[in-house]
Amino acid sequence: MTTTITPYRPPEEAGRDGFTQLLHAEWTKFRTLRGWVIAVLVAALLIDVVGLLVPRGDDHCGTACQAHVPTGPGGEAVNDSYYLAAQPLAGDGSITVRVTSLTGVIDSTSGFSTPASLQNPVSRRLVPWAKAGIIITGSTRPGSAYAAMMATGSHGVRMQYDYTSDIAGLPGSVTAASPRWLRLTRSGDVITGYDSADGRRWAEVGTARLTGLTGTVRAGMFATSPLEFVPNLPSYAESGGGANSSAATGAFDDVDLLGGPPGGRWAGQQVGSDNGPQPPPGIGFRQAGGRFTVTGSGDIGPVVAAGVNSGYVTGTIADHLLGVFIGMLIMIVIAAMFITVEYRRGLIATSLAASPRRGRLLAAKAVVIGLLTFVLGSAAVAVAALAGSRISHDSGMYMLPVGWLTEARVILGTGAMLAVASVLALSLGTVLRRSVAAVAAVIVAIVLPYILGVSGVLPASASEWVLRVTPAAGFAIEQSVPQYQQVVGRYAPPDYFPLGPWSGIAVLCAYAAVALGLAAYLLRRRDAG
Amino acid sequence: MSGMSQTMTSGKNEAMTIARHALPRSGGAAGTERASAGVPDALRAEWTKLRTVPGTGWILAAVCVLTVAVGAATAAATRCGTGTGCPIDPTKVSLTGIQVGQAVVAVLAVLVISGEYSTGMIHTTFTAMPRRWMVLAAKAAVLTGLLLAAAMVAVAGSLAAGRLILTGNGVTAAHGFAVVSLSNGQTVRAAAGSVLYLALVGLLSLGIATIVRDSAAATGAVLGMLYVPPVVALFLGGEPAWQRWVDRYAPTDAGMDIVTTTGMHNLVISPWVGLGVLAAWAAGALLAAGMLLRLRDA
Repeated sequence: MTTTITPYRPPEEAGRDGFTQLLHAEWTKFRTLRGWVIAVLVAALLIDVVGLLVPRGDDHCGTACQAHVPTGPGGEAVNDSYYLAAQPLAGDGSITVRVTSLTGVIDSTSGFSTPASLQNPVSRRLVPWAKAGIIITGSTRPGSAYAAMMATGSHGVRMQYDYTSDIAGLPGSVTAASPRWLRLTRSGDVITGYDSADGRRWAEVGTARLTGLTGTVRAGMFATSPLEFVPNLPSYAESGGGANSSAATGAFDDVDLLGGPPGGRWAGQQVGSDNGPQPPPGIGFRQAGGRFTVTGSGDIGPVVAAGVNSGYVTGTIADHLLGVFIGMLIMIVIAAMFITVEYRRGLIATSLAASPRRGRLLAAKAVVIGLLTFVLGSAAVAVAALAGSRISHDSGMYMLPVGWLTEARVILGTGAMLAVASVLALSLGTVLRRSVAAVAAVIVAIVLPYILGVSGVLPASASEWVLRVTPAAGFAIEQSVPQYQQVVGRYAPPDYFPLGPWSGIAVLCAYAAVALGLAAYLLRRRDAG
Repeated sequence: MSGMSQTMTSGKNEAMTIARHALPRSGGAAGTERASAGVPDALRAEWTKLRTVPGTGWILAAVCVLTVAVGAATAAATRCGTGTGCPIDPTKVSLTGIQVGQAVVAVLAVLVISGEYSTGMIHTTFTAMPRRWMVLAAKAAVLTGLLLAAAMVAVAGSLAAGRLILTGNGVTAAHGFAVVSLSNGQTVRAAAGSVLYLALVGLLSLGIATIVRDSAAATGAVLGMLYVPPVVALFLGGEPAWQRWVDRYAPTDAGMDIVTTTGMHNLVISPWVGLGVLAAWAAGALLAAGMLLRLRDA
């Protein structure tokens, strides 16, 4: 007689090999190594210490500089300084002019001298974004809503409005042989700009709806000319570049204002003032019969960081994120070790025996190290960015205003960048299986390009290339203020990166995704050990 | 573990065998207790270890290739109209690759010592050669020899590539530039100094790695030491005193002055003195490492 003996099976514990258990196991592995915990805390601390130590304020300037920076309709800091010859415009109407010449001077006597400019401090040249043309503005208070059609130094005819918007019109520069006709029409709060090369065939350049442009506005001719930006040259390494004052003169005729007061007279006035060097002499407005000349100095446009197009000492929260790459250096080391020590100690065999689905083991490690560096990194960056801005502000620096959404993006985005870099390090650690190789590879891939890109060791074009194609592009998430092609400036790290914030971090994510995929593939294919 | 480390272990066993065979020769006097190996044996053992690890050749090749490639790419990206508006230093541009090559040098230096700690080989080494400072000295000597050889190739290649590319880009004597040429004393100084610079970076890294011991932490520490001070100094623009301090006393900031051949008046520290600062760092790190080797358990 045979009896069937049912072999004893232990009751299965539900979810024993679940992902949550795996996460818990990996978290335990991390948290019980005191050296690692200390290291990541030190990384977070360094982000704050270095970020807060970076002194960027200028005590000579004090809070006096900050009081006068106007903000535009979008809340951004703006330059709004030009010479205006205008008449009131009570309702709908239009202004049309012919621009017959645009000339300028650049004065380096009180600005930035190079060997060439010392011999010839005042030169009759135009800066690229010298502007003269027609404008309709809500008021002459700096920061008002406006729309303008203008001839520029070397960017052809443009329509610009509300400081940040810029639309290209007819190309080429203005001469007596090839004048430009410009027209702005107002219909309520909608302004439309037109240009023409012959005064007969007109082309629409753009349309702007300006909020707050109600009631009587001012319409007229204007001229302004921003500082000439002299980039940092290796032989002037200590100076960090500089700027010279400039002025532009526009000559107008065939002026036609429709909708203005009957028998109205053109009245000249300086609008706003920037904080830059003394402008060249000759600012003002002259009228001889139907011919007008307007000479102005300044700029109508957004203020960019690093104090280039204005006299303001400006900063952004990115200035206080210098410590991030140092913290990243440490987090990369820990993240790589998170897997390589398992290979060195042979623990990987145990880990894989406990979790035979190897991809899930890697995923659990990635989640643990990613979340940890994200939380710690974001917290440290928040302290550095917010407290740092406060310190800079109190030391007399004008922090460019940004919305809270942008601040949140910078803080959480930088935390995310640290997390993605850690996952990249973990993945390369899995692929290479050796600590030295993995740590060196990630540092050479992320930290080194960042350092080469920002330190000025490389020529500008090479720096830009490095910060575009290497994983260091991820640092672009630190930018809080946009670049404007209509404002010349030192668009350089730490305030500006060649890629936008989101495309920059997408480059880093792409590298991390490829590395993680390769790591998962190799982990499955290779023997552990 | 991977085949690479198995080979490494067997390579080290070979070194051990050699060291053991060498014992009777150096401690030759019969009946004496002086059984420790001599300097030539220590050198030979370290040379064999380094030679038989498969990574060494690749790493040295990477030093040369990366240095020359980055230097050439930088030279290719350098464009200038006239001499006055764009005062570039052609020798310095050609040698930009050293900034990257030194990372690989540091990795090799870390591997020389922390490889032994991570595999436990260090116990065997110290059993065979109880005079621990001699092990470190032998490692330093072998590493220096290899690095000098690789650095010569890297620097010569960088200067040749830089000269070729920059001349093609119009950076010529006719346009008022100091051309990369060995008839220029400054270029020769920069070239010779750069070779020494790479070797000294290796020695500094070896010292730090011996102090830190763990390979990953050592790699992070060494690369941090090389790259963090220059960037921190850059952003200390508001505090010139700090910036000058970093320029003068940080190992890479002071050491890299050796590649400058134009605009010398802008240097806070003269080229050879700067290299001396780096040498002092390397000597200090190695001394500290030697002392810790004696004091700590392996």
